[in-house]
Amino acid sequence: MTSDLARFYQQMYVIRRLEETLLEMFSAGEINGTTHTCIGQEATAAGVISHLDSERDVIFSNHRCHGHYVAFTDDVEGLIAEVTGRTTGTCGGKGGSQHLCRGNFYSNGIQGSIVPVATGIALAERERKSGAVTTVFIGDGTLGQGALYECLNMASLWRLPLMVVVENNHYAQSTPEELAVSGSISARAAAFGIPTAEITTTDVEEIHATAGSAVERIRATGEPFFMVLDTYRFSPHSKGDDTRDPAEIEARRASSDPIALIADRLDPELRADIEQAAERRVADAREAALAAPVAGAVQA
Amino acid sequence: MRSERCVQALNGGLHEAFERRDDVYLIGEDLLDPYGGAFKVSQGLSDRWPERVITTPISEASLFGVAAGMALRGYRPVLEIMFGDFIALGFDQIINGISKFREMYDDQVTLPLVVRTPMGGRRGYGPTHSQSLEKLLMGVPNIRVVAASEYHDLRAMTHAAIDDDEPVFLIENKLMYGRPNRRPENGYIDELSVREGSGTYPALTLSGNDFGEAAATIVTYGGMLPIAVEAATELILEHEVFCEIVVLGELLPLDLAPILESVGRTGALITAEEGTLTAGIGAEITAQVTEAAWGQLRRPVRRVAANDGVIPSAPNLENMMLPGAGEVRDAVLALDPAAV
Repeated sequence: MTSDLARFYQQMYVIRRLEETLLEMFSAGEINGTTHTCIGQEATAAGVISHLDSERDVIFSNHRCHGHYVAFTDDVEGLIAEVTGRTTGTCGGKGGSQHLCRGNFYSNGIQGSIVPVATGIALAERERKSGAVTTVFIGDGTLGQGALYECLNMASLWRLPLMVVVENNHYAQSTPEELAVSGSISARAAAFGIPTAEITTTDVEEIHATAGSAVERIRATGEPFFMVLDTYRFSPHSKGDDTRDPAEIEARRASSDPIALIADRLDPELRADIEQAAERRVADAREAALAAPVAGAVQA
Repeated sequence: MRSERCVQALNGGLHEAFERRDDVYLIGEDLLDPYGGAFKVSQGLSDRWPERVITTPISEASLFGVAAGMALRGYRPVLEIMFGDFIALGFDQIINGISKFREMYDDQVTLPLVVRTPMGGRRGYGPTHSQSLEKLLMGVPNIRVVAASEYHDLRAMTHAAIDDDEPVFLIENKLMYGRPNRRPENGYIDELSVREGSGTYPALTLSGNDFGEAAATIVTYGGMLPIAVEAATELILEHEVFCEIVVLGELLPLDLAPILESVGRTGALITAEEGTLTAGIGAEITAQVTEAAWGQLRRPVRRVAANDGVIPSAPNLENMMLPGAGEVRDAVLALDPAAV
């Protein structure tokens, strides 16, 4: 049986290689448009989503959704095909990187606008008595959107099984947290009477433990929960748009790369197998996507 | 048969839909009985189905998304927006969510939700509680904009909107609520003969001379219907000029067939709406009719609409700003109908 640790490593490694591959494909001209990678942030996806059941629970994610998508659906192939505009993509090439839908997974590209929809989903699941936890992933940048606070209010009033996960990577595109976020993040939710947790680690095992208590609490009470996770993206906001101090990025990479953090905890042979399998899977998915029919091509 | 008032018909339609389907929910502000919504369309629902009527904080920007989330997960929410003006708060959800989810997710989902809201002025509510903003929805793909009028079967229209798998914006009208919901009897409403179009939200075409020779087609909807009828009546009585009136049920996608049919008979088109003139419903109707039937138009198209400005509170100023029967009449007379 695969241990949690091995599963986290496998998921994070696949997500990392998938996104590095997407960036390579952009550089190689194999992808059109844009993408937002979560390189460095993989632990939030792996640690939180391991508590969710893709048959029952629901996720609404944002523009930086690849990690959440893969951790929840394991659909590496559909994602690469979607971003490369293939008919075999998750949404037939219509959605692209930030507009995904598969089963109980949804994502959309407008900051803050996903929270109301997730609130409605949580309301529906409550009415249906499905037992589902609806998780919405937002970032520190989203904290500037008023709709978020309307929804915290309603989720608390209506006792909705909604988990709001703030992935605080400290930058909203190019704007540092200091210029956009006042006061305390978790106190914002606490003011609505919503229980909160805040941790400052990118260690997936610690995130997993914190998220586990949160999900358990939501399942037991049916009430919302607000979780703030500290993280850092090593990659640019989208492709080449990074104005952060390279020394800062390097320091965070050295201290808090979630993959490196747990690598030593795994048996080296198992680790090598996981890495090899992930490399192969991503390479195969890339090849399959490029071989698949281009969406909207005129039939000969 | 004595007609029920429009507010009773809409309320009755909602009660019937709640009885018929248990996936219908009502969401909005001030919905609970005994208040029953600001215009009383929702009265009695929360007493009968307390768990399916959700009264909300004043949070329109999010409520459209809440309705979308419910619809994504298999419910049929009806969102009551107290004043049509407040849809402005929901436009992110309307444009980047509600109108997009089905198509952008490659038809894996549907959005069967209804947004009900009253538009229209002439009650002295002033600049932010009197507008007719349905024109702003006209450029949004993948939604339906349906216009209730006092001659439409409002119970049936409510059922159809709730059963629709596409998002429906059901545009009501404040003055309409208190007026009788008239239906044709033996093909007539008063002296007007009525032809009902086809489709889920049929248009009605009215004629004062049993579809004999007519000088113009007046295309209108919603709260402008009684004004167009008043104008057409005056034209008959004072000027011996007959018009056909097409009362649209569905504005988006625009139901062009009944307009073309009538314009084919009259050769002249006048649009009449209560919203502001520029980039209005009339502009879209004009473009589509001239593309489809240029050869049949014997006169330039004329648009009757509100002035491009705010709707003042003071009654005289409001009346000057909004289009009345006089403006509709003058638009017809300006066609020089005697020469047609």
